[in-house]
Amino acid sequence: MPEIRYYEAVSQALAEEMTRDPRVFVLGEDVGLVGGTFRATEGLMAEFGARRVRDTPIAEAGIIGVAMGAAMTGLRPVAELMTLNFGIVAMDQIINHVSKARYMFGGQVNLPMVIRAAAGGGTQKGAQHSHSIESWFVNAPGIRVVLPSTPYDLKGLLKTAIRCEDPVLFIEHEMLYNTKGEVPDGEYLLPFGVADIKRPGRDVTIVAWSKMVHEALRAAELLAIEGIEAEVIDPRTLDPLDLDTILRSVLRTRRAVVVEEGWRTVGVGAEIASQIHEALFYELEAPVQRVGAADVPTPYASNLEKLALPDAQRIVDAVLKITL
Amino acid sequence: MTIAAADQITMYRNMVLIRRFEEGVAEAYADGFIGGFTHLYIGQEAVATGSITALNHDDYAIGTYRVHAHALVRGSSARSLMAELYGRSTGVCKGKGGSMHFFDLQNYFLGGYGIVGGNLPIGVGAALSMQMQNRDAVVMNFFGDGASNQGVFHEALNMAKLWNLPVIFVCENNFYGIGTDVRTSSAFNEIHKKAQGYGIPGHVVNGMDVVAVREKCEELVRYARQGGGPVLLEARCYRYQGHSMTDAGKYRSVAEAELWKKRDPIPRLAKSMLESGIVDAVRIEAIQAEANEIVTDAMSFAEASPRPAPEALYEDLYVEDARA
Repeated sequence: MPEIRYYEAVSQALAEEMTRDPRVFVLGEDVGLVGGTFRATEGLMAEFGARRVRDTPIAEAGIIGVAMGAAMTGLRPVAELMTLNFGIVAMDQIINHVSKARYMFGGQVNLPMVIRAAAGGGTQKGAQHSHSIESWFVNAPGIRVVLPSTPYDLKGLLKTAIRCEDPVLFIEHEMLYNTKGEVPDGEYLLPFGVADIKRPGRDVTIVAWSKMVHEALRAAELLAIEGIEAEVIDPRTLDPLDLDTILRSVLRTRRAVVVEEGWRTVGVGAEIASQIHEALFYELEAPVQRVGAADVPTPYASNLEKLALPDAQRIVDAVLKITL
Repeated sequence: MTIAAADQITMYRNMVLIRRFEEGVAEAYADGFIGGFTHLYIGQEAVATGSITALNHDDYAIGTYRVHAHALVRGSSARSLMAELYGRSTGVCKGKGGSMHFFDLQNYFLGGYGIVGGNLPIGVGAALSMQMQNRDAVVMNFFGDGASNQGVFHEALNMAKLWNLPVIFVCENNFYGIGTDVRTSSAFNEIHKKAQGYGIPGHVVNGMDVVAVREKCEELVRYARQGGGPVLLEARCYRYQGHSMTDAGKYRSVAEAELWKKRDPIPRLAKSMLESGIVDAVRIEAIQAEANEIVTDAMSFAEASPRPAPEALYEDLYVEDARA
C-alpha cells in the first residue's frame, strides 16, 4: 500500500468526491489559489476550477451561512474554516443555524454539508490559535463530529462525511498534516460511529482521538516495558460515539483512562468517563481517569505549553495511578 | 400604475388575510393557545405582500423571526401555520419550530430565523447555489433595520456582490429594533445607502404602499434574474403592535403611531381599487369575509389537531441515525 501524508488524504478524498458528484464544491479562505494553509486543497482549483474551489473573504460566519444555504438548495458544500479557532467567530451559524435547522423545521430539509477545520496546539501558536474545542460541538445535537488520527482514517471518513446527508464538523489536527500512513489505492469508505482499536491490550483501556491517539500509543509502549498491556481505542467520531466498543473493552480491562487535548473541565473525557461509570460501575477496579489540557489559555513559552498540553508521560502517570 | 387588476386583488386578499391572521394569533396568544415569542406583522403587510408576489413560484424567500406574513404570501396554508403556532403535529414544521421558525420547502420558503441577521448569509448561499446550478431563480432575503448593524449583514452583502449573486435584500425598516430607535442604533440610518459601500444598488420605497413595493420589486427581481447581481431595497414601514406579544411598545409616542396608521396599506389599496373600478364595495367585503373564514377555520383546525406524539422528540434530528 502506498504511504501518503495526512494533508494529501484530504485532497485525495475531496478530488475523488468532486469527480464522483458534481454537487460537491469547496469554499474557504485560501483554499483555491494557495491550495490551503496546510496544503490540504492543493491542486484542486487547477483540476476543478475556481467556481468549485472557491476562495472566500475572511468572514467565517458568512462562509458557514453560505454553505448552509447551498446545502439546503441542492449542493453539497465542503466549507473550510482554515482553523477551528476562527470557527468560534462562526459559532452562531454552526450551532444556532446549521445544527438546528433540520429539527426545528420538522425534518423538511437536509443539510449535506461538511465543515473542515484544523485544530490543536503544540507548535507555540499561543492562546488564540491552539484550541481543541470539540466538546463544544459534541455538546450540541444536530452536527456530527469527526476527528481522524491517521491518513487512512481521514480519507475514508472524509468521503463518508461528504456523502452524509447531515452536517458534519471534520476536525483535522495541525500537527498531523505531515504525518504519513498507508492508504489503499482503491476507493474505500469508513462508517461513522465505529471505533478503531489502534492497539489491543488486556490491562487498561485508553480512549483517545486525533493527535492524542499517537500520545496514547507512545504511552502504551512505555507501559508495556512495565508489563502493563494497554488497549488504545480511537472512537474516530465523537458524534456518533461508539460507546459499545469502549464498554466492551473496559468490561475486559476493568480500568480506563480517557485522553483529550482539550481542556479537561467539562470535556468530552468527562462525558465518556461518566458513561463508563454509569454502565460499568460495579465492574471497575478503579475510577476512570481523565487526562486533558490544563485549564488555562495555551501559553506561548515552549516549556509552559508542554506543561499545559497532555502527552504520553501524563497518560502513563494516569494509568499507573489505577494499575499499581 | 402598471400592476394588473387581478394582481392587485391578489395583493389585497393577501394583506387582508395577513391582518386577520395576526389578529387571530393575538387572540389565541391571549387565550393561552400560543406560547413563547410571537412577533406580529400588523402594519407591515404591504412589504411582504408587494415583494413576495413579485417572485416566481420557484424563487426562494428567506426571512427573520417575524415571518407569519411571508409564509402566507409564499403559499403556506393558514391551517398549517396556525397549527404550528399552536404547537400541533399538523403544523408546517410539525410543531417543532413555532412562530419564529416557519419553513416550507414546497413553497420555496427557506425559513424564519430567530437570530438577528442570521438568515442573511444563508440566503446568499441559496443564491450561490442557483448560480452554480445554472438555475434561473433568485433569492429574496429579508431583514430588519436592526440587522443592518450586525456583522453578517456586511459579510453577506460583500459575498453577494463579489460573486454577482441573484439576491434581493429587502430591509423592512420599521424604525425600531425592539425598543431602540434606528437613530440610536445606526451611525448612518439611510439603510439603503449602506449597500453602496459594497457597490450594490440601494433603493428605497414607501413600505406602506403595496403597489409601490410591488412595482419596485418587479424591477429589482428582473435585474437580479438577468444577471445584474444583488440589489437592496429599504421598505419604510411601521409595526402597529409591540415588538412581540409581551412588548407594550411604550417607547413610541401615540402620535407617532397614529400618524403611521393613517397610512395603513390595506384601506389605501382598497380605496385606489374602488376609485379605478377594479372592485366594488361588495367585493371588498367579500374578501374580508373570506379572510375571516380562513382564519376562523385555521384556528379551529389548530385547536382540534393533536399535539406531537412523545416519539417525535427524537425524530428529525438526523437523516442518517448512525448512532452506534
